[in-house]
Amino acid sequence: MIALIGKKVGMTQVFDDTGVLMPVTVLKFEANVVVGRKTLDKFGYDAVVLGVFDIKKARTTKPYAGQFPENIAPRKIMHEMRDFGKDVQIGDSLGVDLFRDTRFVDVSATSKGKGFQGVLKRWHFGGGRSTHGSKFHREPGSTGQSTYPHKTFKNVKLPGRMGGEKVTIQNLKVIRVDADNGLLLIRGAVPGPRDCTVVVRTAVKRSK
Amino acid sequence: MNLIKKIEAAQIRQVPDFKVGDTVKVHFKIVEGKTERIQIYEGLVIAMKNAGIGRTFMVRKLSYGVGVERVFPMNSPRIDRIEIIRQGRVRRAKLYYIRTKIGKKSKIRELLGGRKARTTTVTPAAAAVTTGKA
Repeated sequence: MIALIGKKVGMTQVFDDTGVLMPVTVLKFEANVVVGRKTLDKFGYDAVVLGVFDIKKARTTKPYAGQFPENIAPRKIMHEMRDFGKDVQIGDSLGVDLFRDTRFVDVSATSKGKGFQGVLKRWHFGGGRSTHGSKFHREPGSTGQSTYPHKTFKNVKLPGRMGGEKVTIQNLKVIRVDADNGLLLIRGAVPGPRDCTVVVRTAVKRSK
Repeated sequence: MNLIKKIEAAQIRQVPDFKVGDTVKVHFKIVEGKTERIQIYEGLVIAMKNAGIGRTFMVRKLSYGVGVERVFPMNSPRIDRIEIIRQGRVRRAKLYYIRTKIGKKSKIRELLGGRKARTTTVTPAAAAVTTGKA
């Protein structure tokens, strides 16, 4: 698996070779630097630690800066990528051209926060009818039984905070890899607001 | 947003400056299996939608007595070129009313001497010679 940390730029449309206009999300990748490696012997699993976006050393705490090898400047965002499909060394700088032969990717990001939402929006409840004397409109309805069990079970779907959580969208098609500008064009939408950090991996459920 | 604009700008094609009410010939590439040919679709431009890179125009023609309307993306790479056959004098932006008209009422008056004669191909150099409106 190949994985990189990028940034969501926004959405637009592009024509493909056959003249079909399709919606794309533009992702920008700055140099992903390998800042560490986790090995099977020492940690029990294989992983590559990538860091991205430079940060001034003066702005970091000592414990944070201490994670980086001496010759590597601290980075704002770090991410472990397990079972990295490419042999890389600490200090290597990775770019979007790693995805050159990739056709499908999975994209993870923190979704847009929606605030406190009712059950219709949050859990897709059907709701009641609006008219004809109905007094049941957007309520959650019953949340359990009676004397026994005499409590509402955990994990019952109720109103509450929605969004702002990690979301992964699988099998998004790669439309274009622009290595010169560090851009990746992916068909369809990607979670999160503009300028948010996204993690792009080669698709787990599709071969190549 | 600059990056987005750059991507969009790279796809914008030079098209002749035609307007609603004009009669145009659209040379449209058709791909059949492996072969590619050009089909010409001629008719009246009855509407344009300006949605950034996805700008479209709608061309209406009568085919064996049946009205046919086709929407073309202005920036589609499948448009080989667009020829302006006749410029029309119209007073509205969408000519949907023409669908219900037949005979003489469905005609559009020709624009005479208003807009200057314009180029007909999509080559960038030629399309640059466009002028103002009527």
